[in-house]
Amino acid sequence: MYEIDPERLDLAREFRARPHGVHSAELQRVLNRMRLQPLAGRYALVVVEPYRRWMLARLSGRRGVPPTLFPERQFDDIAEAEWAIFRLRWELLTGRALELPE
Amino acid sequence: MKRVLGYADRISARPGDRLAIMVSCEAAGDRFEAALFRLICGDDSPAGPGFKVEPVAHPANRAYPARRQPTHAGSCARLPALPALASFTLAVLAWPTTPEQGRQAILGSFVAAQRRGLALGIDAAGQGCVRFGDGETVGELSSGRKLPARRWTLLAASWDAGERHLRLVQQELPAFPAHAPPPPAVVGSLLAAAPDLGDLPLLLAAAAVPGGDPRATAEHYNGKIEAPLVAARALPPEALLPALRDPPALGGDLVAAWDLAAEIPTDRVLDRGPGARHGRTVNLPTRAVTGSLWDGSEHDWRGAPAHYAAIHFHDDDLYDAGWAPDLQLALPAGLRSGVYALRLSFAGDEDWVPFFVTPAAGAKRAPVAYLAATATYTAYANPHYAFDDPIDEVTRGTATILRPEDLHLNAHRELGLSTYDTHSDGSGVCFATRLRPVLNMRPRSRLWNFNADTFVIDWLEWLGQPYDVITDEELHAEGAAALAPYRAVITGSHPEYYTTAMSDGLAGWLAGGGRLMYLGGNGFYWRAAYSPHFPGAVEVRRAEGGTRTWAAPAGEHHHAFTGERGGLWRNLGRPPQRLVGVGFAAEGFDVSSYFRRGEGSRDPRAAFVFAGLGDSAVIGDHGGLGGGAAGIELDRADALLGTPPHALVLASSEGHSNVYVPTPEEILAMYPGLDGVEHPDVRADMVFFETPAGGAVWSTGSIAWSCALAWRNHDNDVARITTNVLRRFLEETPFAMPVSAGPAAPAPATPSR
Repeated sequence: MYEIDPERLDLAREFRARPHGVHSAELQRVLNRMRLQPLAGRYALVVVEPYRRWMLARLSGRRGVPPTLFPERQFDDIAEAEWAIFRLRWELLTGRALELPE
Repeated sequence: MKRVLGYADRISARPGDRLAIMVSCEAAGDRFEAALFRLICGDDSPAGPGFKVEPVAHPANRAYPARRQPTHAGSCARLPALPALASFTLAVLAWPTTPEQGRQAILGSFVAAQRRGLALGIDAAGQGCVRFGDGETVGELSSGRKLPARRWTLLAASWDAGERHLRLVQQELPAFPAHAPPPPAVVGSLLAAAPDLGDLPLLLAAAAVPGGDPRATAEHYNGKIEAPLVAARALPPEALLPALRDPPALGGDLVAAWDLAAEIPTDRVLDRGPGARHGRTVNLPTRAVTGSLWDGSEHDWRGAPAHYAAIHFHDDDLYDAGWAPDLQLALPAGLRSGVYALRLSFAGDEDWVPFFVTPAAGAKRAPVAYLAATATYTAYANPHYAFDDPIDEVTRGTATILRPEDLHLNAHRELGLSTYDTHSDGSGVCFATRLRPVLNMRPRSRLWNFNADTFVIDWLEWLGQPYDVITDEELHAEGAAALAPYRAVITGSHPEYYTTAMSDGLAGWLAGGGRLMYLGGNGFYWRAAYSPHFPGAVEVRRAEGGTRTWAAPAGEHHHAFTGERGGLWRNLGRPPQRLVGVGFAAEGFDVSSYFRRGEGSRDPRAAFVFAGLGDSAVIGDHGGLGGGAAGIELDRADALLGTPPHALVLASSEGHSNVYVPTPEEILAMYPGLDGVEHPDVRADMVFFETPAGGAVWSTGSIAWSCALAWRNHDNDVARITTNVLRRFLEETPFAMPVSAGPAAPAPATPSR
């Protein structure tokens, strides 16, 4: 099983610069690992205002059971929302918080 | 969550026809408002061309009393009541899929609320049981042994009136060669009061709920049932299986024996007993499934009915929501053909009920028809992949975004499933229906199928081009005759599901000189089936191969509706390349890319396509779906799969992301290097070819193409090319077959083929 190297901040920078589209093979491995997390507890976004505002949520993984919502975690830019989920998963999978030096 | 939902009894209608509109208001309020619109563009995103509708004055545009209408999912079969029997046996074979979920009814008449009747079923601990009541007290015998999941087990209850003895038998059948089932579990009890089947209807796979809504049922069973039988004496345990295998041998003791292999395409449940107590299925359970006798020697239920004597019931099956109409919408005689939607407004929410108006009988036809992919819309109706499919996010390459309609469908599972879903027991969903609110077939929803296809309407309106609208349902019913009035036909972005009659109809019209503009990707891919017994439903069997969210079990690749073998048209000898020059190659859902013009675009035969475009090498580096015209699902040309030798590959896409991968049927053995960055067959090919009768086909091979039409107010290369093709396709001048074949269509890059 591929493990994410918490030292590879270059991959985090690559994602931050371009969350969607062609990625390096190594970043794609990171994303594959993140996006195949179990459905139960998986991070997702709930539309608050169509095309304008999204709220962080976690799927229940059980049919008919609604996602848990995080109203205090809202985004008006989809790239910022992707980045927030990336950081949460980075910490979950590496045990280390993701902070990019400016 | 949605506060108002509606649906229509039909998806296409002609002027003069009447549609029944069913509405449910899910919150407090007295009245809802209805208003009719002609739909031009359903995309309400800020980056799109704008949400465009045209109000239609109509007497039905007014307020109506609001009410909530429940939906009852879960399939069963309703069987007539039995005659009064002193002694009796109820017996059945069951293949439960969720015995661990506890209480489920399998066969009988027991009504818990009335404490009456008798039924075989599964008890709270997952064991076989019989429950019974005399109107005052309820009794239950359990086998003491858990029912194994996905194995055939005989369950029987026998009452001997003379002995005052009730016996329950649970007997597993051998499931594989080395399987030695335990001896039957036999549990008996002396009863002072006789258990009474009651003068009550029997149900398979559910229990009745007396009073109130007659459609309501409870204790739904997941799994297969075979050979339900009633005898007029208490059969000993060793006589049960022989009786189920050969009911007539019971002679005068046979009361009823329902043959679930009979009349598989219908809702009829045939009783071969003396009383002809025929029943009907409810909510379209899956027939044409393997039974306890299936041994792999036959894969078509028509060839060995005895091997297919089972029905698979699910607690989330739904055929027709069955709501009562709230209004009748009479279509005025002069209404123009088009895409329409009735807006329902209630409690600050709205729902749009779309439908297609086809030309009136005898009306003068437009020169071009837009062919709405209603079979595909139905196959996709009410999907749950974001919640249920573990690989959904990784295939999309973006975070999962949940819209109000997604949240509603997750919370309200009674609104039924799409053929992309699995049932609650994990089995694949073979049937989907439009006789319920379909939350993803709406304007102002995600750009997919119905809503994405409105970009084609928007472009035709921008052109000022007169057009008619017809749907898959007319193509299925009338074949080539449905298209015959038109010189050209335009598809939407994703006409994926085709019945045999639709495929024959389109091919026949092309053979007669029709000109087809295929503005999509992954079209003409799966065989689907309609049924006169279940109008509004579509059946899909996901047989070997194909990009699938589930796979049809071995032995269950033939449609119940038609008996036809299901699966990919490619595997059935009709690859899409034969019809339209291209066929499904790859998919990815993160970003779209662009086309690069190829050698074929310089051929004089294709000059009309690129007129006015100059020497620009790149086409469609813009668009409303993923930011490019080449994306989402991609088709490529392939001479080996039937792309005509004279077809011109005008352009091919490139630069696809890591998320794009080939469809499995393109790959014989997996190997590294398959994604859109590395693999040359992950691409769309734009193809043009002439046909011998003076017609032609132009295919874009990309779902994202149509959503790129509107960019910069239609002042762009995608709209220019599409318009060029339409203008030429509407000219009378026949297309001539080229004297010498052009450059051969490419062979696949995959080395193994």
